Amino acid sequence: MINILRRKPADQSPRRLTLNILRHNPADPASVPQLQAYEIEEAEGMTLFIALNEIRATQDPSLQFDFVCRAGICGSCAMLIDGRPSLACRTLTRDLGKSITLAPLPFFELIGDLSVNTGKWMRGTSERLQTWIHNQTPISLNTLEERMEPELAEAIYELDRCIECGCCIAGCGTAQMREKFVGAVGLNKIARFRLDPRDNRSDDDFYELIGDDEGVFGCMSLLGCHDVCPKQLPLQTQIAYLRRKMAVIGFE
Amino acid sequence: MASLIEQGRSQELMTADASGQLVLPSPITVPVADSRPRRKSRWPARLDILQSASGLFLALFLMAHMFFVSSILISRDAFYTVARFFEGAYFLGKPYPILVSGVVTVILVIFIVHAWLAMRKFPAGYRQYRAFITHKNGLRHGDTSLWWLQIWTGFALFFMASIHLYDMLTQPSLIGPFESADRVWTGNMWPLYLMLLFAAELHASVGLYRLAIKWGWFAASKPNISRRRLLWAKHSISAFFITLGLVSLAAYVDLGRSHADRAGERYVPTHLSAPLAAGKH
Repeated sequence: MINILRRKPADQSPRRLTLNILRHNPADPASVPQLQAYEIEEAEGMTLFIALNEIRATQDPSLQFDFVCRAGICGSCAMLIDGRPSLACRTLTRDLGKSITLAPLPFFELIGDLSVNTGKWMRGTSERLQTWIHNQTPISLNTLEERMEPELAEAIYELDRCIECGCCIAGCGTAQMREKFVGAVGLNKIARFRLDPRDNRSDDDFYELIGDDEGVFGCMSLLGCHDVCPKQLPLQTQIAYLRRKMAVIGFE
Repeated sequence: MASLIEQGRSQELMTADASGQLVLPSPITVPVADSRPRRKSRWPARLDILQSASGLFLALFLMAHMFFVSSILISRDAFYTVARFFEGAYFLGKPYPILVSGVVTVILVIFIVHAWLAMRKFPAGYRQYRAFITHKNGLRHGDTSLWWLQIWTGFALFFMASIHLYDMLTQPSLIGPFESADRVWTGNMWPLYLMLLFAAELHASVGLYRLAIKWGWFAASKPNISRRRLLWAKHSISAFFITLGLVSLAAYVDLGRSHADRAGERYVPTHLSAPLAAGKH
């Protein structure tokens, strides 16, 4: 990063940051959810992932949070950062104020502190929406796969970039009110398999999966998902596209 | 026991070739969609379209309505002409106010249908209400907050629009420069119309914006560009119609105040009153 674009001039003394972290252990009946403040010194290029690791290493080894890749690929470190869902590893502390509030993603099962079980919900959604290629043609491992136009492959890949971090669900007003709503992550997956020529399912089949108020018709287009997606997936256009396709089925 | 079963199954699936390498039997079939006859109801799709279509109709009607109402800004005769036009005076030879009641009935039915369909999206119960409020306040996100505005303006319209529609349904003949101005001022309707103006225009412009987002209308090369344009259009529509409404309401209030001592008097257009006045002298 060019120095001039940085918020803080290099010669200024580092800021003291206060991280107010929501602590709770649901496995302990005596645990009461509360904000606990930790102070650290900001370092050059510090992300929240680095800050949390520093706190855990130097101040409180009991602090629970998830991370794997530290590069915005695994989707494990999603949390509410000052109320907005985002990835801790992709959030630079210099873009935030001195006082930062961290909370676990809502909606998902809480494991402890900032750690939530997104995987359990994602797996359930995948099974519910059958997000795998459905093809009745026997596959021969001895022949080459059918070719696909590069543009189509790229369009599929674009939607396949979803890392299942759960930010879209945490940013969705509908999902907060209605737990059974499939959310943008589910609808994006359907859009992805609908594009795939190897998947033989028709729109009628997809309607069976998302053609109700828990599916695409439950979306109220609040666009929280689109705006908080750390992978900048085109959720707004994909959901609108699916809605149009599924609405047509309603009149067949 | 379980491990024995697992072992047996793996042996079934895999066989060793002459070199001892394990090969999978071919072809392999992958799980397919459940092919048992089933059919999900088509009603959610139809209701979703009906909600959008009824909302679009009401928003477009509201815009047209505002233009008709604001014809008072041109002249009293202009508004008189518009009012008689909708009573069929220029096609049927004389005005039939029942035609206005007919139009109001259609609007009322569409309004009720839209309210009924939109109500499905309201927070149901305290838990959902709290969940949304907490979410909205934490997220501080424009479109999420706009929806909250839509909820409350929609809720207000249940009552305020109903009063206005019932008024028009039962007294269709009392639409005219003096008649409307008397209703606004002497009839004390102006506070209701003032609140109704803001509620209806805000609800309609946010609704139109959301319709375009929901169905992917006016899509630009990138979603964020189309969104920016749509937001600009939404703000412009709100500002234009609220301004037009406020100015028109002010004109009715002004006319109503000056006509208060003769409240109830019917308006006679200039082309009819001029010969009468000429005959008197």
